[in-house]
Amino acid sequence: MKSTPAFFSSLRADRGGQIFLAILAVVALLVPLLNLMVPEANPLHLSTYTVTLLGKYLCFALLALAMDLVWGYCGILSLGHGAFFALGGYAMGMYLMRQIGDRGVYGNAQLPDFMVFLNWKELPWYWQGFDQFWFAMLMVMLVPGLLAFAFGWFAFRSRVTGVYLSIITQALTFALLLAFFRNEMGFGGNNGLTDFKDLLGYNLQSDGMRSALFFASALALALGYLVCRYIVNSKLGRVVTAVRDAESRARFVGYQVEHYKLWIFTFSAVLAGIAGALYVPQVGIINPGEFSPLNSIELVVWVAVGGRATLYGAVAGAVLVNYGKTYLTAALPDVWLFALGGLFVVVTLFLPHGIAGLLAQLRSRKKTLQPAESSP
Amino acid sequence: MNSADHPLDSEHIGEIGRHALIPDTVDVSHRTILYLEDVTVSFDGFKALNNLSLYIDDGELRCIIGPNGAGKTTLMDVITGKTRPDTGSVFFGQTLDLTEMSEHQIARAGIGRKFQKPTVFPEHSVFENLELAMHTDKRVWYSLFAKLRGEQRDRIAEVLQTINLTAQREQRAALLSHGQKQWLEIGMLLMQNPRVLLVDEPVAGMTHQEMDHTAQLLTSLAGKHSVIVVEHDMDFVRSIARKVTVLHEGAVLAEGSMDDVQHDRRVIEVYLGE
Repeated sequence: MKSTPAFFSSLRADRGGQIFLAILAVVALLVPLLNLMVPEANPLHLSTYTVTLLGKYLCFALLALAMDLVWGYCGILSLGHGAFFALGGYAMGMYLMRQIGDRGVYGNAQLPDFMVFLNWKELPWYWQGFDQFWFAMLMVMLVPGLLAFAFGWFAFRSRVTGVYLSIITQALTFALLLAFFRNEMGFGGNNGLTDFKDLLGYNLQSDGMRSALFFASALALALGYLVCRYIVNSKLGRVVTAVRDAESRARFVGYQVEHYKLWIFTFSAVLAGIAGALYVPQVGIINPGEFSPLNSIELVVWVAVGGRATLYGAVAGAVLVNYGKTYLTAALPDVWLFALGGLFVVVTLFLPHGIAGLLAQLRSRKKTLQPAESSP
Repeated sequence: MNSADHPLDSEHIGEIGRHALIPDTVDVSHRTILYLEDVTVSFDGFKALNNLSLYIDDGELRCIIGPNGAGKTTLMDVITGKTRPDTGSVFFGQTLDLTEMSEHQIARAGIGRKFQKPTVFPEHSVFENLELAMHTDKRVWYSLFAKLRGEQRDRIAEVLQTINLTAQREQRAALLSHGQKQWLEIGMLLMQNPRVLLVDEPVAGMTHQEMDHTAQLLTSLAGKHSVIVVEHDMDFVRSIARKVTVLHEGAVLAEGSMDDVQHDRRVIEVYLGE
């Protein structure tokens, strides 16, 4: 028992997590298999479009996990977490732009098309190094992490909490949205970064690449889940929930509350950045729209629907709501926003603990009923 | 032995020098553990504390009473770093200036506080509440990899026994009765190994039986710790008090044994209104 790594021992009591990881493992293997190995004529064949769509859901699920960590466990309702996702996405997008090389419309090996169009003569300093994959991956984590650290440092030290914190996180993502819209920023302005060709030299459009990206997303989600589970099961996790429930008590017991909030906020931002980096090559574009405050609010709805402070609830919420979105925006495009708003109202009023809470309730009812039935 | 005989040898001076640096060591060489001198706190012109001076001895059990608005809670806030005094000095032992320290530093240095309204961590079990309060390294990275050691478990079990909550060990704290929550909070104070316990209204909402148990608990703690109790319930104060301080309008009105204080003319006036 003692020799089992902490990662796995923290899963032992986590029934929901076991089920989730089992499903994820099956999906991660089956989806690429059905896409690559089953011929197109076969009814079991999964289209590449579907593979990409599912991969997108997994990225959202990872993002929801990050949100659950700060909101569900630490009680910080961030309404700007989409910004960290988008920043991770931009870092990946910059790498993919550099991979295009001289195959752009203007055939300039050094400059991305939009820079040639803007009449720029050389690559700005902050684009240096992004032709290296390892450097781009480092930035995927470092940029959102540093922004979250700097932002959290000031916000938490000034003891900004509750609604006020939510509002300034919203302002943060909105400010970034406006900044990235500007052409002079050097991130493609309105159009963002797109027309990607290769990743690590392999064609992004190929079926194999799509399946690889899907598998990578599943792997990242599984690892992200395990790390998050370890964190919330550790003493740090208990301190963080203690801060959520009774902040001043935690302070008078001797915890430096700001440091704990800052740590969990920064870690969560890094996780969101990774999710963004996996998302961009699958959808093929990153533009300032990803910074839209609406995205961050949708993210909150996913976690609320799935159930806060369970981790697997956030994953389930992200997948279900996004499936609903895909379905509704195709079938009844006008209804989607109303459905989203309605969903939030219903969940807040009737399902304060989301789907995960509902399941837990049903299970405990079954448990209390069973002994009663068995005894005469 | 040697350094005790020669208090000024180099080893001893080194000790004194370190006192100021290591928060765990409180210099009580003058027997007094808390010094409040000429402390004034005002909120928008209202003087919650007005030139208050108060000294608490090491190991003493002190009761602080006073009518509403006398400044009892503000006094606690000043000691724990929640409120900064406008003027005056607050020292913990000879060396630690509490007005310069933040809440968590004061807590780590050894001053524990129980709030007026019992505040525990509602979603954690009784055991986890005590674990979180335990005196240990409370920095972030340490917490991420922390594991309970055997003697730490023993300590928690011991405190569970002391506060009569062994049976509720795995229960969520939110489900405890009001009196049990009060005890749990006292237990959390004990886990911190504090030198000074500030206890704000410990018997509010308790039955007589629970009150007796609490009185026993607090008196047994004195000696090992300094205990400062703020309480409204006079019967309870009488049952535990050795020395009583009466606060009125932010200053000390009277100080002495319960009997002295009860017969003090000014105290009677304040309490009974002329």
